Amino acid sequence: MKISKLHPIMQLATAATLALGLGVAAQAEEGAKLIVNGEIEMVTRTAAPAYIDGLDEIISGWEFRSTETQALQMDDFDNSGMLGVDSALEAWNKVQGPEQKSCATCHGDVESMKGVRTVMPKFNEEANDLWTLEDYINNCRTERQNVEAWGYTGGSMTNMAALIAVQSRGMPMNVAIDGPAAPFWEAGKELYYARTGVLELSCASCHEQSYGLHIRADHLSQGQINGFPAYRLKNAKLNGIHARFKGCVRDTKAETYKPGGPEFHALELYVASRGNGLTVEGPSVRN
Amino acid sequence: MKRTAFLIIGATAAFAAVASADTVAPGDVAYDDYGSVAASLTGVAGDAANGEKVMVTKSLGNCVACHQVSVLDYAAFHGEIGPSLDGAGDRWTEEELRGIVANAKMTFEGTLMPAMYKVSGFIRPGDFKGKSVPNPPSILTAQQVEDVVAFLMTIKE
Ligand code: HEC
Ligand code: HEC
Ligand code: HEC
Repeated sequence: MKISKLHPIMQLATAATLALGLGVAAQAEEGAKLIVNGEIEMVTRTAAPAYIDGLDEIISGWEFRSTETQALQMDDFDNSGMLGVDSALEAWNKVQGPEQKSCATCHGDVESMKGVRTVMPKFNEEANDLWTLEDYINNCRTERQNVEAWGYTGGSMTNMAALIAVQSRGMPMNVAIDGPAAPFWEAGKELYYARTGVLELSCASCHEQSYGLHIRADHLSQGQINGFPAYRLKNAKLNGIHARFKGCVRDTKAETYKPGGPEFHALELYVASRGNGLTVEGPSVRN
Repeated sequence: MKRTAFLIIGATAAFAAVASADTVAPGDVAYDDYGSVAASLTGVAGDAANGEKVMVTKSLGNCVACHQVSVLDYAAFHGEIGPSLDGAGDRWTEEELRGIVANAKMTFEGTLMPAMYKVSGFIRPGDFKGKSVPNPPSILTAQQVEDVVAFLMTIKE
């Protein structure tokens, strides 16, 4: 929308409409509590892990959203991200491929995935690499079901990631950063503080130094990933972690990294570790 | 036909050469120890009205994304990453403002404010679509920097 082209009176009117529409005017009050379906109590604010120098407190992105957007995440009937979860449950039970196997054939009820989200990404000994939840899902598809890999940020993959996240809702994030994960964590930390692009901004510029402030109409959060996949009102679908990272790097007027590539793997581990202690919220609702 | 085209190209090139003779290239801007720039980047007086446009245009200065400016309140959603620019024309001299707009990092070490007149030293420069642009143009042209400075000088309490 080209607001600058409008007559000043119209500009005011448009600004007012936008402010209402996006809920910018209605910032949620401090101390709001996130309890999903009246039963899952979320930790949206807690002490930062000792190894994070730049923060005393870690805060879920939910706290930075407008009251209206916050409400959408408090009941699964209002959370449009749950539609993706439902369709992933069908995929979970779908027998397919030459082996005629579904995810359920081997894993049983999807509740068996409880806790899995909290430790992702993690080091995989056999592959000698850092694996995200998406990597585990695709590995089961290609090596165990003998079907095609899903696109890393595609709809089927993101829905499945949401279904698996739901099994851990309310459990604290707890990724390991030591041992074989350490070099990945170090690489991720470097990426987090790299001031990329023509605008020369790092993740930390916005999400560590400036959280709580507005950049244009956006209320900056700490850029935590405990709420992923996130249902965004903006594009009306579930969005994966690397898709979000990509958008943020792009906005610094930089050449982005590839979703599913080594840089975003390392960055995901580092960002996840900054949220160790916050509870899994996926699928969250964001604007 | 060919010959005409050649002549036109020749003329354009000559014109560009004349224009650039007076324009200080991004790499040649002389910042003093405090980050200010004494001489105009173009030798052409800044156009404050155009500077105002640059400041509220997202693809150009986008200054209001980070700064509140009362006289620009008509442009929706002012950010708060940087201080309010109300009274900037009282607080700073033209030379200081030229330095801040061209490359604020020379005045405020490590600042989040992007350098508006800089073309090298970037990590993974790209466009707003995420594609690589190895040799990106500066965010603002030399004359746009002068125009913005002229407008800032009019913002007095
Ligand atoms: C042929 C059996 C089989 C099928 C079919 C299968 N998996 Fe697996 N899956 C496994 C085994 C075995 C492991 C490794 C278990 C371990 O290391 O704890 C595993 C691991 C995983 C993990 C990582 C769990 C963890 O704790 O690290 C996820 C996530 C997963 N599978 C998801 C899926 C999904 C989604 C599907 C369907 C698209 C699927 N699997 C299909 C056998 C299977
Ligand atoms: C120019 C500022 C800026 C930079 C730089 C930036 N982001 Fe963001 N980011 C935003 C905005 C604006 C949002 C949407 C509002 C919010 O949640 O902060 C956002 C949202 C996010 C979210 C979603 C948070 C949630 O709870 O839904 C994540 C995750 C994120 N950013 C990660 C990153 C990472 C990682 C980097 C570095 C590669 C980065 N961002 C760089 C501005 C930025
Ligand atoms: C990404 C955010 C950002 C953008 C965009 C931005 N600035 Fe700034 N600006 C800052 C910050 C932060 C400071 C504070 C300097 C520091 O780091 O101490 C600042 C400082 C300034 C100052 C000195 C403030 C004072 O005390 O009066 C001026 C003048 C200024 N900016 C002008 C501009 C103009 C003009 C533009 C657009 C061409 C612009 N800025 C765009 C972030 C920004």
